[in-house]
Amino acid sequence: MLPALEVQHVSKHFGQIHALADVSLSIYPGEFFALLGPNGAGKTTLINIIAGLSLADNGVVQVMGHDVLSDYQQARLNLGIVPQELVFDPFFTVREILLIQSGYYGLRNNGRWVDEIIERLDLSDKAHANMRALSGGMKRRVLVAQALVHKPPVIILDEPTAGVDVELRQTLWEFIKQLNRDGHTIVLTTHYLEEAETLCNRVAMLKQGRIVALDNTHNLIGQMTAGNSLRLRLSPDTLPEGLQDRLSKHEDGIHELRIDHYVHIESVLAALRAANIEIVEMHLQQPDLEDVFINIMKNNNLTK
Amino acid sequence: MTGFFTLFYKELLRFWKVGFQTILAPMVSTLLYLLVFFHVLEAHVEVYPDIAYTHFLIPGLVMMAIIQNAFANSSSSMIQSKISGNIVFILLSPLSYHTIFLAYVLASVVRGILVGLGVYIVTWVFFDIPLQLPIWSIIFVLLGSGILAVLGLIAGIWADKFDQLAAFQNFIIMPLTFLSGVFYTIHSLPSGWQYLSHLNPFFYMIDGFRYGFLGVSDISPYISLLIVASCLMIISMLAIRMLRTGYKLRH
Ligand SMILES: Nc1ncnc2c1ncn2[C@@H]1O[C@H](COP(=O)(O)OP(=O)(O)OP(=O)(O)O)[C@@H](O)[C@H]1O
Ligand SMILES: [Mg+2]
Repeated sequence: MLPALEVQHVSKHFGQIHALADVSLSIYPGEFFALLGPNGAGKTTLINIIAGLSLADNGVVQVMGHDVLSDYQQARLNLGIVPQELVFDPFFTVREILLIQSGYYGLRNNGRWVDEIIERLDLSDKAHANMRALSGGMKRRVLVAQALVHKPPVIILDEPTAGVDVELRQTLWEFIKQLNRDGHTIVLTTHYLEEAETLCNRVAMLKQGRIVALDNTHNLIGQMTAGNSLRLRLSPDTLPEGLQDRLSKHEDGIHELRIDHYVHIESVLAALRAANIEIVEMHLQQPDLEDVFINIMKNNNLTK
Repeated sequence: MTGFFTLFYKELLRFWKVGFQTILAPMVSTLLYLLVFFHVLEAHVEVYPDIAYTHFLIPGLVMMAIIQNAFANSSSSMIQSKISGNIVFILLSPLSYHTIFLAYVLASVVRGILVGLGVYIVTWVFFDIPLQLPIWSIIFVLLGSGILAVLGLIAGIWADKFDQLAAFQNFIIMPLTFLSGVFYTIHSLPSGWQYLSHLNPFFYMIDGFRYGFLGVSDISPYISLLIVASCLMIISMLAIRMLRTGYKLRH
């Protein structure tokens, strides 16, 4: 299958900073893909190169098979970008902006779709308000709307939920999930890792301009060996001798025990019963994307 | 085509929505120039035999208003979009660089012409200025405002800050405008200055434009046409090249 987004050996530096160092990545049609990494990892730089806002030092980027440099018009017709920065044109109202944006993509009578996006993004009250009169979160919704006027097959959202309230975050993701079900390829960056975990089928992690992890979300979390832990509050507050080697932490009356396989839970319970210790509170903690992220970032200390 | 018309229309709306500042205010300041110079110089200056000074001055001022506003429009639109960041919406779109170039330049030409026309109509009420060869004036309006619109686009792309743009305006555009013979014919100048004036492309725009009104000029209008058209071509190529390579727009 032809990738929706193909990034091959892309490098980019700003003065001494290597913002991207030989990044390669293929994203396939229909994927819901997360691009993760700490501040300054190079996520926005990569997105800018895909969008043609930045020029790579070397490497090739294609959107739906169209080179972003030599075939930029086709590439951009296939791409919708939600920029990270809250930018807006203060001369126009929300609806005017969306119609103008449609015109840039060659769409003349786009009112119906524009009205639908306005409604789906909960902007109906503000459709005729000037951009200046919108709150930060509303401006971000308009940015999302602007990226969708031409129904692009590939949609890239650079921190779309930064500064957006809980309710809208839900509505926004519902809308994006709907677009994904309709066949749009979605790429997003976010610092809320639970969003990435629940939404995305595949994840790339960037650190200092390099890809340090690229896999299914599920596999990545599964790789966290010894990731499960059992948190117990006991009465009396002591741990039998036989379980001491599992203990990873004892804090505020909570014993935290490492559990490599679920069968080990049974032996823990048996040992407690034998020692006549009662369980007051029990909680099984499973690793999540955040643990994976922290772990991977820690293990990839490639200092300059 | 839709892409071009949309951007063109957006650029028109941009100044039209603040027409008080972008059209009315420059009209008023041009008319003030006229009032002052008319009052001070009418009785003392004879530029061409049998032609009243006002008949000489008014076309010059109209052209000055046109070119200044053409420059102001493209330069301020571009730098505002760059500084506020909303230029990304154009850069992300599939609009070709030729389209972007044409839309910015033509919208600025329209603004220049609106201001110039406004000034002309007001003066026409008070002074009966003959327009003898209108086709020449129209050609020079289009070429002259085109040149300044392109220069504005270049300056707007080049400048990172408003004060750099102001410097471009104060040290390049203003001197070239004021030394182009808006207020005098260059034949009244010492020969060294006359020579320098011939190096100023703005001189040919104004002289050619005025030829359309008066039927006389310092230089043959055909030569002016050649020079002005060549200038427009050269700087257009430069501006299109800047847009194509992404100079200061795409990092
Ligand atoms: N225009 C620029 N000029 C100079 N350096 C830049 C420029 N843009 C980005 N950088 C640098 O490149 C590196 C990567 O930045 P980038 O914006 O891609 O990070 P990011 O992963 O998007 O971070 P964040 O999560 O904070 O948005 C940073 O060190 C940044 O300082
Ligand atoms: Mg970023």
